Amino acid sequence: MESYLQFSKDNLWIEIWPELTLALGAMVVLGLDLFGRRSPGSVRAGSFAIFFQFLLLIVHLLDYLLWHHTFDRESFSGMLAHGIQGDVIRTFFLLSSLLVSILAHRHNAVRNLRCSEFHHLTMLATAGLMILCQSQNFVLFFVALETVALCFYPLVAYNRECPKSLEGGIKYLIFGALSSTLLLFGVVLLYGVGSNPAEWGATWNGPAGQDALSFSYLAEFLAQNADHPMLRAGVVLIISGIAFKVGAAPFQIWVPDVYHGAPMPVTAFLSVSSKAAGFFVLLILVNGPLLGMQSFLLPLLGFVATFTIFFGNLAACAQRNLKRMLGLSGVAHAGYLLVAVMASMILPGESDRAVWVLFFYLFTYMLASFAVFGVMCVARTEDDAEHEFSDYENLAKKSPLLGISLVVGIASLAGIPPFAGFIGKVLLMSVAFETELYFSLGAMIIGVVISIYYYFGWIREICFHPRPVFEDDEPKKDAWEKVDDLGLLKPVLIALVVSSLVLGIWQGPFGDAF
Amino acid sequence: MSMTSILLLGSIAVPFLASILLFCGLPRSESFLHRIAYLAFGFPFVAGIILFFKFDPSCPGYCFEFLIERMGLHQLGITFHLGLNGVSSPLFAMAGIVGLGAGIAAIHSGADRLRLYLALLALMQSGLMGLFASVDLFFYYLFHEFALIPTFIMIGIWGGRDRRSISLEITIYLTLGALVSLCGLVALNAMVDSPKFDFPSLSAALAQTSLSATSSSTIFGLLLFGFGILVALFPFHTWAPRGYNAAPTSVSMLHAGVLKKFGLYGLIQIAAPLLPEAAMDWSQIILWLALGNVIVVGFVTLAQDNLKSMVGYGSVMHMGYCFLGIGACSALGAGSAVMLMCAHGLSVALMFLVGQFVYRRTGTYEMGEMGGLATRTPVLACFLVAATLATIGLPGFGNFWGEFGVFLSLGELAGNRFFLGLAALGIIISAIFGLRAVARVLYGSPSEEFSKHLEKNPAKDLSRVELLSSGVILAALTLIGLFPSLISERIDREIETRYEFFQEAQSSIGRPSCCPVEGEEKENSPIEQLNLQP
Repeated sequence: MESYLQFSKDNLWIEIWPELTLALGAMVVLGLDLFGRRSPGSVRAGSFAIFFQFLLLIVHLLDYLLWHHTFDRESFSGMLAHGIQGDVIRTFFLLSSLLVSILAHRHNAVRNLRCSEFHHLTMLATAGLMILCQSQNFVLFFVALETVALCFYPLVAYNRECPKSLEGGIKYLIFGALSSTLLLFGVVLLYGVGSNPAEWGATWNGPAGQDALSFSYLAEFLAQNADHPMLRAGVVLIISGIAFKVGAAPFQIWVPDVYHGAPMPVTAFLSVSSKAAGFFVLLILVNGPLLGMQSFLLPLLGFVATFTIFFGNLAACAQRNLKRMLGLSGVAHAGYLLVAVMASMILPGESDRAVWVLFFYLFTYMLASFAVFGVMCVARTEDDAEHEFSDYENLAKKSPLLGISLVVGIASLAGIPPFAGFIGKVLLMSVAFETELYFSLGAMIIGVVISIYYYFGWIREICFHPRPVFEDDEPKKDAWEKVDDLGLLKPVLIALVVSSLVLGIWQGPFGDAF
Repeated sequence: MSMTSILLLGSIAVPFLASILLFCGLPRSESFLHRIAYLAFGFPFVAGIILFFKFDPSCPGYCFEFLIERMGLHQLGITFHLGLNGVSSPLFAMAGIVGLGAGIAAIHSGADRLRLYLALLALMQSGLMGLFASVDLFFYYLFHEFALIPTFIMIGIWGGRDRRSISLEITIYLTLGALVSLCGLVALNAMVDSPKFDFPSLSAALAQTSLSATSSSTIFGLLLFGFGILVALFPFHTWAPRGYNAAPTSVSMLHAGVLKKFGLYGLIQIAAPLLPEAAMDWSQIILWLALGNVIVVGFVTLAQDNLKSMVGYGSVMHMGYCFLGIGACSALGAGSAVMLMCAHGLSVALMFLVGQFVYRRTGTYEMGEMGGLATRTPVLACFLVAATLATIGLPGFGNFWGEFGVFLSLGELAGNRFFLGLAALGIIISAIFGLRAVARVLYGSPSEEFSKHLEKNPAKDLSRVELLSSGVILAALTLIGLFPSLISERIDREIETRYEFFQEAQSSIGRPSCCPVEGEEKENSPIEQLNLQP
């Protein structure tokens, strides 16, 4: 009875109010369509979703800034941990989700897709992501991860008319299931050894009867048994599972196909939120439970990072389809971010510089990615999956706003100064030097130089004079007819461009953390 | 904040704001557009000249300082810190002068989408002024990128033949160079524990805890090759002539004249004085590669029939002398390299500009198809001859003092005599290609096709605008040539304090007893002989 009382006292529901509100909002979005009239209901649901998420973001920011939850605390019997990092992560996901909804609002109208389910799934997935990145126990971790994954499967296959989208959905389902299985198997190995150390020849000097799924116990347990083969296998499997999520080599093979097929806002969602979640989780794991395995994990992660950087960049060079190219360039970004993860393992303490560098990099990546995907949502190509370089010919002249937004987004992704992505790369280089990760750093430099080829190739299409048209060329549909009316997307694109530029020169709020 | 620091800030801010204004498409009328552009290029020019003459050579450290402490990266010691010292002040003025020349040329170039062209060029100008004005090393790099990135776009849009592939090539090549040098700068930042990321604090911090020999050598290597790619050091020079050939003239002027000095400036002002032991280790390699610039690229220049690519290759070749000055590892060498940088920046910009004047009248850059321009356009001929003689390094122009000093510094050490002998050959090479070009363009009888072209479009002499843009640059070049002390007294003090280490190291090795004047005579004689030929 006592323990139940304790348990219920620990259930501080107020601590997870943003997640709860978001999930509630998702239900309302679904309900709007249920009770309202069919056709205008969709648009209404989209507008409601955008407004609701915007409000939630503002209230969350106010809450965060006014109360300054700077101390770390736990709730739900240590299942969840809250703190300043958690609040920054929440802000990241809420902003990303809001932007996805805005993109989807436009995209669904252009492509005649139903609206309310889309926003419902997006919001649920975001709530799941927010819980996932604050969890401190493998049970909750896995449940949250599956919630997210289950929302993503239908989202990828959302465009039922388009075979590419269905194909992407199936592929994502299969690979996602495989990665979940790997991760789960890794967790089981840790649990098996951790709950009964004597049976498996592991040592444990501490009070018996601990929860072998909680991160705090596993952290100490793994530190004491760093060279236990079963535990090592478990750790490798867990890392593999997460590598699938972030698209790190050698588990990157699903990325181009799924990005190619998924509707554009979902591609953006995958490439920003899903990837970021993988990195937040990885940060929590390598600075918590897996920290004891540092000497074993660092070479492994170093190999993965280098391989990822080279594979992503080289494969992206060969792509003609822009969605595939962006997917593979995202793989390369995952490689750069892995360097930050390694640095955070080496640097002492939980809130070290490398963590904030990674956060900053992800924020700049989000701003740049949404600028790029936002413009791509506007393009009226015949098929949503097929965006070729030639579709973007001379865009800067046809529509200066779209052209500039796209160029700024690409330049920031490429890390060209004075855009925010450049500062992210400089900070990454700085922590890599500080932690003496010279090999990964070298790979990163080469990778960035290779990436100029495809990023600049795209800018070249946008800005420079078009190629001469030959007589026997098939007449191509201009993707940029009737794009003047951007609606809500216009202020959003301007805001993204300006923030990319401002963060490239002045990093004010982040400055003290580096 | 004093008037002078406002001028310094304004020389960066005015072109930047003008560029933003033009990007937004604000001044709609043509004449107002021109006025804004004149302001964007005129203000840095005026500020550069005023600050040059206001600069007090006896003032230690930086003058006209402007500082914003918290720009976001203050945890890394990065601040927004502007100021001029003895080395940067002449280069800053040079950037203003070349900028004005290039700006006027651009305003009246009649380019398609002129507004965008001027906006990008003004952005470039603001970066160029900022790069020499910044004390903080991070902003020094950032301003360089401000100037570098517009060039890629400008080559792509307004470039000549093969512009699409060349712009991609030079983007990738220069990004590699920029990233490698950034890597060196970040390594300095991460490994040296200094409160601020500028030269004085870094050298103070290094005096307390010195780096290990391998890491300082590695950092110097990163900076050397990173900057080397950007300056077109010998095996990494292939982007430059192609790039200049394809770029519109104003861009070639600013890039070859000013922007390319970024790397040399970094090596002279930062890398060598901060890591002197590493610089001594690398000096042999620098000298050999620089010799590659002078001799190998020199011979390639000889083979050029195209006026613009000849100027491009020639500019790469003369970078070799600056590197020789750095490789000599002495205050004299570094100071002469700075002198040469100023003079070369002006002379190569003038060459590109006059080349464009010739092109307007002949319709081609192929020298084989020209001839006999001197009788039709005597003023243009004067400018071309003057620019060529300056490039060759004839006394009376600034280049002479630079090259002369570099040779002297090479003569100081017995081990470097070998390089001195070979580098002197370069003078002959540049005399040959320079004077031959003058002869082919200006003298002789025009070919049949060219005469037909001239009948259709009779060549007029320089217009007032053309005179203004090239006259400004030529005046500055002559001024340096006649009064080199204007620059050298500014450079001296700064370089001497920064290069104390080298002086001590060299005096411990022992200076050769022979006087270097002998060498100087040897180099000058071939020019004088050749001078008489045309």
